[in-house]
Formats: sequence, C-alpha cells, structure tokens
Amino acid sequence: MDKLLLGNEAVAAGLLESGCRFVSSYPGTPSTEITERAAEYGFYCEWAPNEKVALEGAVAAAVAGARAFSGMKHVGLNVAADPLFTASYTGINGGLVVAVADDPGMHSSQNEQDSRHYALAAKLPMLEPADSEECRVYTKTAFELSERFDTPVLLRLSTRVSHSRSPATRGQPQDMPLREYKKDASKYVMMPAMARARHIAAEERMKALRDYCETTPLNGITWGSERKIGVVASGIAYQTAREALGDGVSYMKLGMVYPLPAESLRRFASQVDELWVIEELDDFIEAHCRQHGIKTRGKAELSPLGEYSVPQLRRAVFGADEDTARATPPVAVPGRPPALCPGCPHRGVFYVLAKRKVTVFGDIGCYTLAAAPPLSAMDYCLCMGASVSGLHGFLKARPEAAENSVAVIGDSTFMHSGITGLLNAVYNNSPVTVLILDNSTTGMTGHQQNPATGLTLKNEPAPALDIAALCAALGVRRVCGVDPYDMKAFGVVLARELAAPEPSVIIAKRPCVLLKHVKKGAFFTLDREKCSDCGLCLKLGCPALKKGEIDGTLCAGCGLCAAVCGRSAIVGRAL
Amino acid sequence: MTNIVIAGVGGQGSLLASKILGYLYMSKGRQVKVSEVHGMSQRGGSVVTTVRAGEVVRSPLVTPGEADMLIALERLEALRWHYMLGRGGTLVASTQTIPPMTVITGTGVYPEERPEGVWLDALECARKAGSVRAANIAALGAASAFLEFGREEWLSALDALLPEPLREVNKKALLLGAEAASEYKKGSTSTGTK
Repeated sequence: MDKLLLGNEAVAAGLLESGCRFVSSYPGTPSTEITERAAEYGFYCEWAPNEKVALEGAVAAAVAGARAFSGMKHVGLNVAADPLFTASYTGINGGLVVAVADDPGMHSSQNEQDSRHYALAAKLPMLEPADSEECRVYTKTAFELSERFDTPVLLRLSTRVSHSRSPATRGQPQDMPLREYKKDASKYVMMPAMARARHIAAEERMKALRDYCETTPLNGITWGSERKIGVVASGIAYQTAREALGDGVSYMKLGMVYPLPAESLRRFASQVDELWVIEELDDFIEAHCRQHGIKTRGKAELSPLGEYSVPQLRRAVFGADEDTARATPPVAVPGRPPALCPGCPHRGVFYVLAKRKVTVFGDIGCYTLAAAPPLSAMDYCLCMGASVSGLHGFLKARPEAAENSVAVIGDSTFMHSGITGLLNAVYNNSPVTVLILDNSTTGMTGHQQNPATGLTLKNEPAPALDIAALCAALGVRRVCGVDPYDMKAFGVVLARELAAPEPSVIIAKRPCVLLKHVKKGAFFTLDREKCSDCGLCLKLGCPALKKGEIDGTLCAGCGLCAAVCGRSAIVGRAL
Repeated sequence: MTNIVIAGVGGQGSLLASKILGYLYMSKGRQVKVSEVHGMSQRGGSVVTTVRAGEVVRSPLVTPGEADMLIALERLEALRWHYMLGRGGTLVASTQTIPPMTVITGTGVYPEERPEGVWLDALECARKAGSVRAANIAALGAASAFLEFGREEWLSALDALLPEPLREVNKKALLLGAEAASEYKKGSTSTGTK
C-alpha cells in the first residue's frame, strides 16, 4: 500500500531515492519537515545557522561531486539569494536541488512573496509538484535535470503541498557515487573574467531548457469534455482549479514553471475558445503569455492575495452565482489568535517591557506573539535579525529613544542574522540594549537544534556556542544574564542597561517549556476569598488564566501570575 | 467523496486525529488527502485540518458547506467551524471550553450558543482512560459511531500510528468516546441549544 505522506516527507523520500549525500537547511514553516525527515535516513544532514550558509554548503558539496540539497521557506531564499544567483553561473558537478516553500495566505510568515521570480531572475529551472507523489518524483527529476543541464534546480512548494498528506509510493534508495572533482577555476572561481564566460554558459543553458520545456513530460494536457475553456495551472492552484471547474474544462498542467513553454502554451490557447491562467500570488505565467501575445484571462478577475478557494474560482470562471448562498464563517464568534504558551519563558520579559512602556524592536519567532493583546509589547518586526540592526537605525535617527528602547531576539534568530547587526551597533557606536531570549531551541518551527543547543540535527553532541562570550568578542562590554521567570530581577537589570550609554546585551535564559526534558512545576491555584477580580494577572496573557480561575490542565507552574498578584490570591510553588 | 473537518485549539491533537482518519480511509483503498496546519497557529490558535477521501481527490481542502462531518475538540471551535458542514452533515463535539485570549482579556465574550450535534465530555472520557491528552481520541471515538470503520479497524489504526506506551490509554479513550456517542444515538445525551 502507498503511504500517506506529507509533501515535505515525500521530498525527503525523493532525496533518499536520488542518492543525495548532503543536506543543509535552516528551519522555516512550511519547509522544515523535509530536512527533519531526511535526517532519519543515512546520508549527511545538518541545520545551518541560516539559509545562506546552508546553500553555500550545498553548492560546494555539489561541486565536490555529491548530490546535494538545501530546503527553506520563501523568505529564507531571500537570505540565500546571494549564493543562488552566482551558483547559476558556476553550475554544479553533482546534482543540486533547492526547495523553496511559499506560503500563500501567510499561515506562518511575514509576507507572501512569490518565489517563482527567483527562477527568472537567477536563470534557473524551477519545478512545482502538486501533491506528495509528485513531490517525490519531481525531486528525483530535479536531480536528473540538474546534472543534465549543469544547473541548480529549484523545487517550488507551497503550504498546501508541503503540509498536505496524500498517497506516495516508495522507490528504492539509490547509491550515487561521488562524481570526479577536478580543479577548474574557469568554472568555479567567479571573478569578472571567468564570470563573463559563465554568464554565456548560463544563457546557453537557459536556451536549451527553453527547448526542453516544450517537450518535457512534466507539462501535460488533460482534455475536458469540451474545448470552450482551457486552464493553465501548476502546483496547488491546479488542484483547486480541477476541483472547482471539473472535467468539462481542459487543463494544461505545468510541472515546470520556469522556463515556461511559449509554443506549447500558444498551441493550447489556439485549441480552446478561452484561456484562463489560474495561479496564486503573482501573474507569473500570465505575464509570460502576454509577452508572447497569448490572450488570457486570470489575475484581473482573480486576486494576487492569498490562496484561491473553490467557490472563488467557480465564480470567476463560470460567472456562477451558484455559490453566493454558500456557507460563510460566523462574524460574532470571538477570534482565537495564537498566543505564548502557559509557562513560556518569554512572557515575563514582555510583561515587564509592556508595563514600562518600552519601545520594542521585535524579531521572528514565537516571541513575535507578544505583539498581540494583552501584552501588545512590540513596535516593530520586519524580518530575521532586523530587531538589532533596526534598533540601531532607529536610534541614529532618534538618539533620545535609546533610554527606553530595546531589541528582542531569540537565540536561533540571533545566530541566524542578529550577530552582524550587533557587530554593526558596536562598530558604529549605538547604545543599543539587546535582549536575547535564549530558550535553548528553535521554537516556532517545532523545536530544532541550533548551534547553541549542544546537539546536531541528528542529536549528536556538538560544541554549544557561548552566546555571552560571542557578544563580548563582538565588543559588547556589558553582557549579563537573567532568569526570565524572575521579573523583579529582570526589571532591575533592564533599567540599569537602558541607562547605560553603550551597547549592552541581556541574555534571558530558560528553556522552552514544551521541550520534553523541561520539568513543569505543579499547577497554581486561585484563592477565591482573596481574589478581588482586579484583572492584573490577566495582563500576562496566559492561556491558563481566566477571570476567577486557573486551568490546572494548562498551567505549567511558572508562577508569574502569583508574582504580579497584589493580594497573594494565587498560590503554588514557583519553579 | 467524504469530507471531514477537524477543528480544535493548537496543542489538542487535531493533527493526530486527522492522520488516523487518513490512515483508515487509505486502508479502505480510497484516495485520501489530509491538510494539516504547522507553525505559528499551532501555538494555542484555532487549528483546522481536513480529511478528504474518495475515488479521486484533487484539493486537500474542504469547501465550506460541503463537510459531511465536523469533529470539534472544543466548544467555541464547534461554533466557529460549523459553517463548514453541509446539509445533513454531522457535528461531533467535545464540551470542553478553552477561552481564547480575546475572551481572557475581555474584548470578546465566550458564546453560550451550541450548535446541534453529538456532544460528549471528551476530556472526562480521556481522564477516565488515564490521560487528559487523549481527549482528541475520545472525540474520534464518538465520531466512529457515524463512520464506516469497524472497532478492530480503529484499534489497529492506533496500533499503527501511536508509539507503544500510548496505545492502551488511547484505545480506552476511543472506546469510551464511542460509548458516549452510542448513548447519544439512543437519545439520552444532550443536543445543542440555539
């Protein structure tokens, strides 16, 4: 029987069946499980501190003759864009596949950029699977194309492909011997003289790929019962379109989304009365059609925002009002946004920051949730690492803000791209106050190891980065540590460091309460006699606390509520 | 085509419940797609997963108004996702309440409204079985009374998908949930209020 695999798990299976020898990635929803699953197989897999480092490692492993892989989320590819663009010139030796998982609808991301533009801009072929079996098969095809055309190949995923389960078969693991490595500076040393020649090679390769994409079996047509409407689609949008529009319509499914076939599209267009392009986010395929004078309908009547739904496509294509009476979500039901977990070590820090009305430059991680009420303790959050560098820029523009502004960044995010920001602040003399929330894991993506945890992706012992020593080495003279459960102590340290006229780092260290080895405290209880319903404890934003009650099944025993209660109405033994 | 929606609060185990259903339909030789939620919304947010089974399944998502069954692991989530159900669809819901942050902070009110359906105290079933963590499986047990799989199939699905130490307690929870539903079928448990 086929197994029900996540798209990401199926990509990992494809790596095994391709004889992949090297995987380096940084976690990011919705891409994380590819690398987690791959690590269960025998070949080398690692978490790198960020996507740039990961991809650089993968490119060089491919140059060494190994089949190599790097997986990341869409915004991760921005970080890795530098090596990506020039690896397009060097080409590879062993096959190189780079998976990039987009997040239309922003289920767990700060933007919904369309990664297909990277294929065009970096001159790289891009495949896009539409279910788990295709994830597995396309991964293998991507390695073959990589070696055939001497190019990195992009594998574009999206949330609903990565995080949906569908049946996938399993092939045989393949052992791919290392290809021979020969020194070849004209190919692998990219300085102007060599790069000019390699640019020519890249353009020639794209020309060959443009021919290939006209005949590849990755692209195919399913004729409907009528030829009135033709639909061009790929990935999850193809599935939604087929679901919505049924078998009366003809479909051209593109498994290769770059380069795009001009002739095949033109032929398909000529065989139907009306051509629709159904693609989420940008009009990438449609723009290509326009460029080649192929008349299409699509983006103008649909949307560049979010994911497409079945009723939305039926309305647009069939003009049907059949769906107007369809069920809609209730308006009056209170929302349930995600929140910091009970016992989360970040909570106390943000409670103190909110109480003191500190301007907070936040970053990407669980702690971004502190931006939501009731803590509402964040002023700014842009991208990985931008808390530290952002605070620096803010203070150069408004020096007087230094006495009441902080940057807040998690341990994994700090190592990802906070270090250079801190270096910049020291170098350029910014009196930044940086809080590193060290919860000993990469939390939001589901607990991955990182260079400070002392373990590798495969749970083997590794040197653990001493974050305090690193900050000192960067030139920060004021580095101190604090237990984030001790809000009083943290408040004292915070006031002192905000007042300091030079860069300072406060490391608030306590492991994520969801980690298996972390002991939770006994749950706290509320003395109804003493409670005056003042609501002070509710300002902590703890899911275990509600008016007049502590939910013992949720409480993790951190004791923050007892610490803020002015009437000693909350009792228990704090950890 | 069978369309099932599982709604709950991040951390309640809707992912596992959907995985079990997917496994069962696969065992029946149906094509299956399951849509999951990972990442940010898992942190105590409203989490909805979908299971679709049939001859050919295209989209992994259930279209609003077309679900045959909604399994809600929490009362407010039953209300929030009730619109997904089609005419004649079945709601199986746990009476457990987890106030969202909007209610805790007083900007929202936890609604009293309870759509009509099969309500069970899944938390209590799980407690009786030996672990409150098994409330998701108790709710699944209640749903089993309305689905096509036999008891043995359910139990072997748990064997296949759970690590050994968790199997017994979850099997117990499943059976207690199924019992609660069959009592409902006899007409003795509460239906909803509107």
